[in-house]
Amino acid sequence: MNPSVMVYTEIRNGSIHPVSYELTGKARELADKLNSEVVVVTLFNKLEEKVEDLFSFGADRVIVSQDECFRLFNQEIHTNVMSALILQEQPQIVLAPATTGGRTVLPAVAGTIHTGLTADCTGLDIEEESDLLLQTRPAIGGNIMATIKTPHHRPQMATVRPKTFKIPEKRSASGVVEPFYLNDDMKQTTIEILDYQPLEAGAENIQDKDIIVSGGKGLKRKEGFDLLKQLADILQGGIGASRPTIEAKWMEYPHQVGLSGKVVSPKLYFAIGISGAVQHIAGMETSEIIVSVNKDPDASIFQVSDYAFCGDLYDIVPKMIEQLKEKLAKPVSDKEGESHV
Amino acid sequence: MMKIAVLIKQVPDTDDVKLDPETGTMIREGSGTIINPLDLNAIEAAVQIKRHRKDDCEITVLTMGPPNAQFALREALALGGDEAVLLTDRKFAGADSWATAKVLAEALKKSGKYDLVLAGEKATDGETGQVGPEVAAMLSMPCATYVSAIEHNENNVVVTRTVEDGTEKQRIQFPCLITVLSALNNPSMPTLRGKMNSRRANIVTMTSQDLDIKSEELGLKGSPTRVVKVTTPQKTRKTKRYSGSQIEEGIRELVEEIKTSVLNQ
Ligand SMILES: Cc1cc2nc3c(=O)[nH]c(=O)nc-3n(C[C@H](O)[C@H](O)[C@H](O)COP(=O)(O)OP(=O)(O)OC[C@H]3O[C@@H](n4cnc5c(N)ncnc54)[C@H](O)[C@@H]3O)c2cc1C
Ligand SMILES: Nc1ncnc2c1ncn2[C@@H]1O[C@H](COP(=O)(O)O)[C@@H](O)[C@H]1O
Repeated sequence: MNPSVMVYTEIRNGSIHPVSYELTGKARELADKLNSEVVVVTLFNKLEEKVEDLFSFGADRVIVSQDECFRLFNQEIHTNVMSALILQEQPQIVLAPATTGGRTVLPAVAGTIHTGLTADCTGLDIEEESDLLLQTRPAIGGNIMATIKTPHHRPQMATVRPKTFKIPEKRSASGVVEPFYLNDDMKQTTIEILDYQPLEAGAENIQDKDIIVSGGKGLKRKEGFDLLKQLADILQGGIGASRPTIEAKWMEYPHQVGLSGKVVSPKLYFAIGISGAVQHIAGMETSEIIVSVNKDPDASIFQVSDYAFCGDLYDIVPKMIEQLKEKLAKPVSDKEGESHV
Repeated sequence: MMKIAVLIKQVPDTDDVKLDPETGTMIREGSGTIINPLDLNAIEAAVQIKRHRKDDCEITVLTMGPPNAQFALREALALGGDEAVLLTDRKFAGADSWATAKVLAEALKKSGKYDLVLAGEKATDGETGQVGPEVAAMLSMPCATYVSAIEHNENNVVVTRTVEDGTEKQRIQFPCLITVLSALNNPSMPTLRGKMNSRRANIVTMTSQDLDIKSEELGLKGSPTRVVKVTTPQKTRKTKRYSGSQIEEGIRELVEEIKTSVLNQ
């Protein structure tokens, strides 16, 4: 068996984040091409889901490290443990979610063990002649796609944005759950975790949403977001915002979409009263369907839209709401695994 | 005396950048350079700590880049930096995040013993966000990323990390590295005195010869990752436009698509 494909899972608040299944599925595809195995690493204190679920998404082995020190995220301990596991397992590839966790731990691992790391990949494949990992990521605000290789260093490591790959169909499968025990060196840390405050109830992470309704300066006033909330509520969507609306305090920072905010990739994205500056587009361009409403016929947002409505948003959005209320069969139900508040 | 280092990067001014409607790529010609916006927040954080310590603090700004990156350093000095280090050498060219971090980490070792190193969470051009944590790992320092508040004490900092589902508070002992978000503070403008001082200030230049790095670990040659292909994604969206009286029809089509392909009703 060739060296393995390893997955670093995202486990937050005692729950496996769906991106872990997405990455396990992708790792399965890669491992099949390489004739190697998928090793999934889980670090937690308590867990709602069964780690065995990971076998049904493609894992051959699941490494479990259950310890009180994982109750709250400590990047130093995660880095120590991942570095140790990589030395022990010698995988040829390591995949991690491009979340605040993965984007903190993996670069520290790369710096520690001296290997390459490609951030925010949107495509992964194996090059046939060389068996090297081809890592594709957007660059320059998503206007260019760069394909990157790690020719000589091992493992080849990549972080991947949530929702980039589909969660595979569950299959019936089983495998080996292997415990991994921490030694005192690994738990050595100068970081003291003082507190964790979850988002207030109702405030959700828009990156987990299938539908996002975003507003910009064109709303003209804070109350404009009330209208957008009506639209979002019908669709059980989240609210996004352009930077100037955040600066004007019409909306809070966790809702900002774009270069200096969040990168989102929902199934449906509404850009309402947003001009389409490159910095905003960089955060939403990979959405499946983009709908924009703008009264300026030359607005750049139209260039990246599937549905471009040119007119006053205060005319058009109420009509959308009315039509949706009339036509939607039943209230949308939250799909499994989407949110874990 | 507390010593703070701030890592800054000179990046193209994206405010000047326009999209080419044909190819969808950025038109960079004629656009100037600026300090990476988040690095301004890092500088401001350093200046605030220095003020809080009644000047019992020294701020060194470092950058790796072409010779003209000295202008970014001068601007940082005008904003309150005390010393500046320019890491410039043709051999550094083509560095990926690992090779960039290697140069910065060795330069930090050479230029002083820092209590605190500050960096931006990510740069607007490379957009990897990896340099900060990699530098920290190479210096065996703990690293806090995505920091939106810093409370500083004699031997440690208490930072607030803004993560997907909430906020974390961590106390980290010096020496440590912090990468910052724009929510941390509002960068101030350079003062007149700062500007005058910065013009006269001496910038320390270091090349590969000043650093303990093997030549095979420098620049493109020393980069574990290689860009092997660059493509401009074909725009696949066929934009349907609706205005005036077509809007009602457009909404009907949209609602139909939402029903069938988004909500699967
Ligand atoms: C380093 C840097 C980082 C940045 N990061 C981000 C980021 O993360 N996210 C972000 O969004 N921006 C970011 N920006 C800012 C960005 O450049 C733009 O300034 C911003 O996106 C514009 O926001 P807007 O579209 O809401 O406002 P505007 O550009 O003012 O556009 C408002 C739009 O609304 C339309 N409009 C007005 N009234 C109506 C009406 N009644 N009906 C319909 N349409 C109407 C107008 O035609 C116009 O197109 C960043 C900038 C820099 C320099
Ligand atoms: N060439 C460089 N010189 C100095 N600091 C850098 C350089 N590249 C990146 N940094 C620092 O690392 C941060 C993250 O950059 P990046 O990893 O490229 O997204 C930046 O905000 C800077 O603080």
